[in-house]
Amino acid sequence: MHRVTRYLLLALSVLMLSAPARAADAGKDGQQVDIKTMLFGHIGDSYEWHITKIGDKDIVIPLPVIVHSSTGWHCFMSSKLEDGPYEGLYCAEGGKYDGKIVEKDADGNEVRPFDISITKNVAGLMINSAIVLLLVLGCARWYRKHDVLNEAPTGIAAVIEPVVNFVYDDIIKGSIPEEHCRKYAPYLLAAFFFILVNNLMGIIPVFPGGANTTGNIAVTLVLALCTFVAVNLFANRHYWKDIFWPDVPWWLKVPVPLIPVIELFGIFTKPFALMIRLFANIMAGHAIILSFVSIVFLTVKMGPAINGTMSFVAVFFGIFMDFLELLVAFIQAYVFTMLSAVFIGLAHEGEGGKASES
Amino acid sequence: MPDTGLLFWMLVIFVTVLAVLAKWGFPVITSMVEKRKNYIAESLELAKKVDEKMAALSKEQARIIGEAREEQNKILKEAAEARNNIIRQAQEQARDEAAKLVAEARTQIEAEKESAMSQIRSQVAMLSVNVAEKIIRKTLSEDKERKELVEKMVEESLKLDPPAVKN
Repeated sequence: MHRVTRYLLLALSVLMLSAPARAADAGKDGQQVDIKTMLFGHIGDSYEWHITKIGDKDIVIPLPVIVHSSTGWHCFMSSKLEDGPYEGLYCAEGGKYDGKIVEKDADGNEVRPFDISITKNVAGLMINSAIVLLLVLGCARWYRKHDVLNEAPTGIAAVIEPVVNFVYDDIIKGSIPEEHCRKYAPYLLAAFFFILVNNLMGIIPVFPGGANTTGNIAVTLVLALCTFVAVNLFANRHYWKDIFWPDVPWWLKVPVPLIPVIELFGIFTKPFALMIRLFANIMAGHAIILSFVSIVFLTVKMGPAINGTMSFVAVFFGIFMDFLELLVAFIQAYVFTMLSAVFIGLAHEGEGGKASES
Repeated sequence: MPDTGLLFWMLVIFVTVLAVLAKWGFPVITSMVEKRKNYIAESLELAKKVDEKMAALSKEQARIIGEAREEQNKILKEAAEARNNIIRQAQEQARDEAAKLVAEARTQIEAEKESAMSQIRSQVAMLSVNVAEKIIRKTLSEDKERKELVEKMVEESLKLDPPAVKN
């Protein structure tokens, strides 16, 4: 173990020492390193999966572009876009639709076609979903093939089962009334594993990982929407009564329905908070790590001494942030699942009493 | 702003994942885990029951052993008593027998003594009669009174000991 650590430290030191040289390479053309573009390029979405740049050659995985423009459906690989417009479609540079596929309308304005391309994030989502499915279905398969009463879980089941147990016993059973647990458990568990795997894969900087999925608001929006549906679609009478006719002094609700309006807003703000929380946490984490890495390139011009020192500091903090991100990846999945469970539980509040009455 | 394409795909992907996992994934795992949990709980319950039964059994065993020991003690005591009784009875019997034997011997001795005495007495009487006869025979020839004396004597001796005379 000690030997491994020593080798790791040695390798890291070599990397750190060589980092300024590489950075100098990158910046020697005299062009200012555009941190903002780099940062948003990594955090944002793109039509191809950029892996690295060796010399002047970009290593990219082209991804399919699926667009419905004024001329109908277009379906082609993103590599076609590299050499200018293809079938009247091209990537906008600057402007409102920066980096997105646009076409020119009759007036020469750039307009956005209906775009359901398999972008980097979509591909990332697919890969991560495949991982989730593989893990969970692998675990389920183990249970189907083995006698649960005579064997302790092994392999993948031993990894997944404690997590499922933890989520099911601690989060779900703790927040939702017993009789509804079974109904909501699959959604909450799926959300937990989906978010966790996406978060973790987002931390990995190279190909199968690296897509900033849970740090994208569209992804968290769908997740929050699912929670919204889960909460409100099966909510009981008590829940709706608490919204439209809460137990407050009458003058707060009769002439001007003040509290009901606030409560009605609450229905939407709760999932909205879920959406923003997950998105902001993951995106900020990625941004911070990328910023630390950028320090190496930013300090090139300040001379080797400062550059070397700053590189060391930057890599050190980068490693620290990566560990922190591992923690955040889990915490955010946990928080999203727990709050969803709590909201669902609130929508079934007061049911136990009613059941015992009847 | 959330991108439409990504939104669309995310919705499709997540709903698919959710559907697949809700159908073939998590219910299997949770139900199996539940099953095992129940099994463990049942086993624990069973173990507790068996434990209780064992405790009851060992108590019962202890009770039976105690009872047996008591019984044994009782039997031993009874046996000892019986033995003592038998010995005592035997001793008593022996004593009685001995006493009876002694008594019999005594009566026999008494009887022997009696008969011996009466024999001696008759012998003595005979002897004395003989002696007296000899003495009388010697003197009878001289005196007429002698006859009277003899008669008187015979009468006396008859009076004294009629059976001896008869013999």
